[in-house]
Amino acid sequence: MDSFQDIIFKLKAYWAERGCIIQEPYDVEVGAGTMCPETFLRVLGPKPYRVAYVQPSRRPADGRYGENPNRLYKHSQLQVILKPSPDDVIEQYLGSLEAVGIDLTQHDIKFEEDNWEAPTLGAWGIGWQVMLDGLEITQFTYFQQCGGIDLDVVPAELTYGLERLTAFLQVKDSVYDIEWAPGVSYADVRLQDEVQFSVYNFEMADVETLWKLFDLHEREAARLLAAYPKSEVKARFPLLPAYDQVLKCSNVFNTLDSRGAISVTERVGVIQRVRKLAVGVAHAWADQQGAVR
Amino acid sequence: MSLPFLLEIGTEEIPDWMIERSVHQLKEFIEGLFLRENLLYGQLRPDATPRRLVLRAWDVQAQQDAQHKTIRGPSEALARSGDDYTPAARAFLARNNAEEKEICIETTSKGNYLAIRREIPGRYTVEILAEALPSLILQIHFPKTMYWTGKTGPRFIRPIRWIVALLGHDVIPFELAGVRSGNVTSGHRRLGSARIPITIETYEQTLRDNFVILSYAERHRMISEGIAQLGIERRPDYLELQQTLAHLTEFPTPIVGDFDSQFLELPDEVLTTVMRHHQRYFSVQGRNGELLPKFVAVMNINADPEGLIRRGNERVLRARFNDARFFWQTDLRKMLADRVEDLAHVTFHAQLGSYLDKTNRVEDLVRQLGGDKHAQRAARLAKCDLTTELVKEFTELQGVVGSLYARAQGEPEEVCQGIREHYKPESMADYTPRSVAGRLVSIADKLDTLRECFRIGMAPTGSRDPFALRRAAQGVVKVVVEGHVEIRLADLINSVPGLRDFFEDRVKFYFREEKNYAYDEVNAAMAAGWDDLLDLQVRLHRLQKIRPTPDFEPLAASFKRIKNILRQAEFTGGPFTPALLDPGPESDLFDEINRSAGQPIETVIGALRPKVDLFFDKVLVNAPDPAVRANRLAMLHNLLKHFQTFADFSEIVTNS
Repeated sequence: MDSFQDIIFKLKAYWAERGCIIQEPYDVEVGAGTMCPETFLRVLGPKPYRVAYVQPSRRPADGRYGENPNRLYKHSQLQVILKPSPDDVIEQYLGSLEAVGIDLTQHDIKFEEDNWEAPTLGAWGIGWQVMLDGLEITQFTYFQQCGGIDLDVVPAELTYGLERLTAFLQVKDSVYDIEWAPGVSYADVRLQDEVQFSVYNFEMADVETLWKLFDLHEREAARLLAAYPKSEVKARFPLLPAYDQVLKCSNVFNTLDSRGAISVTERVGVIQRVRKLAVGVAHAWADQQGAVR
Repeated sequence: MSLPFLLEIGTEEIPDWMIERSVHQLKEFIEGLFLRENLLYGQLRPDATPRRLVLRAWDVQAQQDAQHKTIRGPSEALARSGDDYTPAARAFLARNNAEEKEICIETTSKGNYLAIRREIPGRYTVEILAEALPSLILQIHFPKTMYWTGKTGPRFIRPIRWIVALLGHDVIPFELAGVRSGNVTSGHRRLGSARIPITIETYEQTLRDNFVILSYAERHRMISEGIAQLGIERRPDYLELQQTLAHLTEFPTPIVGDFDSQFLELPDEVLTTVMRHHQRYFSVQGRNGELLPKFVAVMNINADPEGLIRRGNERVLRARFNDARFFWQTDLRKMLADRVEDLAHVTFHAQLGSYLDKTNRVEDLVRQLGGDKHAQRAARLAKCDLTTELVKEFTELQGVVGSLYARAQGEPEEVCQGIREHYKPESMADYTPRSVAGRLVSIADKLDTLRECFRIGMAPTGSRDPFALRRAAQGVVKVVVEGHVEIRLADLINSVPGLRDFFEDRVKFYFREEKNYAYDEVNAAMAAGWDDLLDLQVRLHRLQKIRPTPDFEPLAASFKRIKNILRQAEFTGGPFTPALLDPGPESDLFDEINRSAGQPIETVIGALRPKVDLFFDKVLVNAPDPAVRANRLAMLHNLLKHFQTFADFSEIVTNS
């Protein structure tokens, strides 16, 4: 039986053989692999790119103190970007499932419509959730727009839910029973995070401090974005650091949300604020890539 | 010569709900093309699976008929000079690349002209199709499309990966989105070959051999028959689910799975919602309709010999049920009534405040409508389930979940019913609440939404109705009428600008489209008032019954005449003096009007009609003496007034 890490190794090897750069996780908190610069910024512009990376994805509101067998504050996504999308992208994707030992003549695969959308990123795409014997294991998206920009080249984005996939392969009812490495369970590695971050996110995070942090990160991102058009040497302007500030805002927003500190009415406004920054970075980045070339 | 035609657009998986309409468009477009190009054709057959939109046609004319065309030149007089042709005639020949021997004379009303006859051979159908198909395919309308070859590339529902286009044995050559048409199809993703050359004759069978059932109807049937073979005693008839599954699969095969019977302690509604909506499973019932711990899943593959797929689905369902149970138990710890204050944090609408504000208004309204303490309690608790984990997870169960918690927490049955039913009816086909509390809360909730939205100027315009206010208003009408709720609608809507007119349309719509009353009957009855919808319904019913009686339509025609006379005379009422009446038809009519006073219309029209007819036959309303004329007008005016609380008969469209 393959361990959690074996499955990750195999998927990475599979996609490396198909021309993907294997990146390491991005080192700023994100809610999904899509938000990493490796996806959010790289899909912009005409340059082909192929990348795969595991991204721990933080969703404060999904935390359950380690008590729910299927829900996690932080889960791991394998994010694959194929830009442009090859004609046989679905066959390649199905091949990756076979690579981790799923005999597709013995299982039921369905592609059910699911058009992904991330309002905070001004991004959306067309695609499916891929169902394996009734379990959603992958989100498959043809990106159409990112940062409010219509994409020149359409990338395929494959997002594997690694815990679910592993639980399926290992026939485990609880994510915590997954074998991470021989003799080491998922609970051994991650249960403490789940408990402590649930306590923090739901009970102890200081709302006032978080709002201050949000404002500070927002201001810093906005300051940089305002400076970009006037900068003398655009090619070296720090847009990537500006984007880090946007990611910080997004994570603080999610934490405030899980803390119950954002009313439904406020929500829309805060999403707009983050979106404005993300769209600003995307436009500046597209411009900067033109300058770099 | 005629040939069979096949077009297969091979795509990645098309969303199930778009398949049928798109393939029917494809059929219309092809048929339109054949008609436009004057090509004869026989039977047309659209088919589709998730990965292909297919159109076959038989007996398609292989080439258009030849066309004869006459090109007219100069008149004979200008064309000839003696035996010779003039320069004008020669220029005409040169222009048309014609020789002298082709010239003929065309005789017209204006004289004789030089002409050339040409036979234009018909174009080959294969050429016509090759030219037309690429843009025809891209014209298929989908609610949401994508591009995949790049920003300027074609848009379609999902990427096109192969195209089969055959006329007889010939490939119809064209290219679309970088894909060249050919004769190679593709089988089931895992069980079939990826590239299979076919002919039109072998097409359907070849697909079948490769585990693709081309016919939707057959796949639908395979699901029914497959379930029957599983020995399932009873299952709810989820037609929509079965349609979805037939559109999601190329080779559907049902299997049955089990779940732990301890989950049956959860409410049936929660279990079936998880199975049907979230997992696309059929639930299974025992002989008495009770839920069994089983489900039916439909695979897109031919068999599950090892039981791997069954066990996989069982595990997924177990996880889902565990979640649901966790939410259920968590929610139960808090009393529904204690959640009312939490509604302050749930926005109803940015300009209209929270659900707590709405709850308070609806509660007042229910009281105003005469709701008892149960109805008021139901109004108070109706929206509380919006704050529960279970509704956050299964939004389609709002109302239902509230009632389940209310029951578990010991609320009276009447209150539970009220909470459960207050969203009803959700469409015109849906049922109306069966409990009194449910009816009152349903009406109050919808009326509140309507009044508040109209108050801030959010009335629907044209096809834009984001808050489904038309449906809400129709719901109110339906509940009042079908639930026999005795309220005066007018008192509740008249004070809000625009709302009365809006409701008038909805009331008309309801009685015409839902109750099938003729539009003129609805207009006639409503012209006599519609503040009380129950009264309106009774009058409509009576009107419909007397309409076919022989005296009714002639009487209605006379009423229309009276109305016209009064209008022309600009008569709006005046004193009436019986002494001024002439004996004979005029007095007779007056006596009849007096006799019929206070009588139901059904009993009076038989006697009234001949008197009215005779009156118009013998009596001149516009008498020379102004006093007599005014008196006659007053009598007619009174006659109309007589029935004005029943219906305005002049609205009835008559043949006479």
